[in-house]
Amino acid sequence: MKERIFSQDHLLGIEQLSVDDIETILETAEAFIEVSSREVKKVPALKGKTVVNLFFENSTRTRSSFEIAAKRLSADLINFNSSISSLKKGEALKDTVLTLEAMNPHIIVIRHSASGSPHYLTTFARSSIINAGDGFHEHPTQALLDALTIQQRLKTLRGLKIAIIGDILHSRVARSNIILHQKMGNEIALIGPPSLVPREFEKMGASVYYDIRSGVKAADVVMMLRVQEERGARNYFPSIREYRNRFAINREIFALAKKSAILMHPGPINRDVEIETSMADSEQSVILQQVTNGIAVRMAVLYLLKGEIHETLN
Amino acid sequence: MKLLIKSGRLIDPAGAVDQVMDILIENGKFKEIAKSIKKVSGCSVIDAKELIVAPGFIDMHTHLREPGQENKESIASGSQAAARGGFTSIACMANTEPVNDNRSVTEFIIARARQVGLVNIFPIAAVSKGQLGENLVEMADLVEGGAVAFSDDGHCVMKADLIRKALEYAKMLDVPIIEHPEDHSISAEGQVNEGFISYKYGLRGILKAAEEVIVARDLILQERIRSRLHLTHISTAGSVELIRNARKMKTPVSADATPHHLLLNEELILSYNPVYKVKPPLRTEADRLELIRGLQDGTIDCIASDHAPHTRDDKDKEFEFAPFGVIGMETSFSVVYDRLVRSKLLTLNRLVELFSTNPARVLGLKNRGRVKPGYPADLTMLNLKKRFKIEEKDFRSKANNCPFLGWEGQGAIEHTIVSGNVVYSRKNRV
Repeated sequence: MKERIFSQDHLLGIEQLSVDDIETILETAEAFIEVSSREVKKVPALKGKTVVNLFFENSTRTRSSFEIAAKRLSADLINFNSSISSLKKGEALKDTVLTLEAMNPHIIVIRHSASGSPHYLTTFARSSIINAGDGFHEHPTQALLDALTIQQRLKTLRGLKIAIIGDILHSRVARSNIILHQKMGNEIALIGPPSLVPREFEKMGASVYYDIRSGVKAADVVMMLRVQEERGARNYFPSIREYRNRFAINREIFALAKKSAILMHPGPINRDVEIETSMADSEQSVILQQVTNGIAVRMAVLYLLKGEIHETLN
Repeated sequence: MKLLIKSGRLIDPAGAVDQVMDILIENGKFKEIAKSIKKVSGCSVIDAKELIVAPGFIDMHTHLREPGQENKESIASGSQAAARGGFTSIACMANTEPVNDNRSVTEFIIARARQVGLVNIFPIAAVSKGQLGENLVEMADLVEGGAVAFSDDGHCVMKADLIRKALEYAKMLDVPIIEHPEDHSISAEGQVNEGFISYKYGLRGILKAAEEVIVARDLILQERIRSRLHLTHISTAGSVELIRNARKMKTPVSADATPHHLLLNEELILSYNPVYKVKPPLRTEADRLELIRGLQDGTIDCIASDHAPHTRDDKDKEFEFAPFGVIGMETSFSVVYDRLVRSKLLTLNRLVELFSTNPARVLGLKNRGRVKPGYPADLTMLNLKKRFKIEEKDFRSKANNCPFLGWEGQGAIEHTIVSGNVVYSRKNRV
């Protein structure tokens, strides 16, 4: 692996990363894939470092993925469980983080329902902050693991057409992917009903389609987003039934994409809602590979940030 | 008690005056305004050479938080802040705890203001009981108790039928209904202006239409009712256009805009700093420029701060969890003078209309907003050459949620005089 300099103190979003940063993370992740295939899946890279998983939203895959990644790097990891936490007692996020920081961790991985929370932490915290999903703003490690998966399957991250289908408005996965693929110069098609895919997203360098067929046509990557039941209740669309009829992916529609196209989903999937169940298990589906790559990408991010304690920004 | 103000440039748009004048104040009232008045014994003198003398500024939209939330602000600290900001009179909104929806709360506010004794405080009562949008308050009783206007402010009257009745009933009392135009079914849990920026940064949006549909609704009702309707903190180009057209149709309406909507735009929220979280939200640059045109062509009558103090802890939070609002009384004049008058977007005469003449007219404050013998001697004296830097340490408000902290420019309040008493002097730290 050639030496690269990673310039970031935190991973707040794809927005703050240069193309060089993205490539550095992906190359580092490739190197860590090998570690996970060993009999003893552990390297001493982060020995003596402490990582805090600070999750204020339910999460199984992202939280466990960061946990496994940290442990395979020999870091000590604390899971801060918000359901039993002092937050229930009304403690402010700032006090929670300052309390945790008094125990001198190196890296804080935060998942929070409010957009911008990781950015807020950087205004007073000394640790390196990793955004594991903030509101419907960004989920950078998801976009990075998606990019790694695309690169593995399609052998490139450039010159591609990426179709993203579903609730773009409320999806942090979509935003991070849009920003990443815009930086890589790829064509981006956003597909969904107008109430969930405002035209203004075109200013982010994407094209907007209300018709799934024209959007998916000749795509290299078809990325499905989870349909959130509560969105229907708030009248973003009339019913799951009507949504499925217009925006679910099935074999017939997937056939409009390139022959080599892959099907992605950040999970958890709703079988037979946004995705026909046999499609989820098909040859073209890389859904589980995405999960596997999540470990390597998160190892890379933890490794590159190293958790060096720095001065606060202000 | 006599006070002579010598050789200041008096700008009094209501009296069509803009020239160097001496002003004699006796027993709290203007006694004489003339080119040269001789000093008599026992008379204090303020040398106003180099200063602008204006009828006392009036901030018609503030939140003083008392009774109920005195940790955020109080009538005493709010009065101090007003005096420092050059305001001789302020009107305070009804969303106290308890809500100012009955005469006893109005009378309490007036009594506290008298005890503090710095600036004139005019309570605005709620339109509906508890600001719940269901039943009208006892408007006549409240007016007798001292309320000068009615507003549900941030709760905005959602039922068109109720605002209709309020406008009709208020006509009998000759008081304004002040509407904070916001359709809550559209704004819902919105945090910032809805558009590209809200989409990109993953924050729930507040469509401009949330404001404009209420502006349009109220103007349509008002076309027939012809009561006194005032639309507060207008924030969109669409609202300006609706009001402009209504005025052409001779529909009675007035409006104000805030310094923050006139000087800031939505791009500031990219930092997720809750100091920029305000309702209505900061809008686009095009909206901001149209608000300025509204000030220039007379569509917008007043500048009001919507001074909304919060504790430091309240605002030191995740953006979504922080409350809406910024403070403004202590910075309104300086930032508006520096950025809009010095840059020749507004004349100094127009600024005095926006800060004094017009708010006095809109609120129906008899004998204020004008320098005339017999009127209460409220004056705001301005030093246009003084450089300023906005710093938290100088604030007299309890709060620091000010989006202009750190700003530098030119134009300061030199003295604030209420009923002939100097309640603030920049140099003497009165």
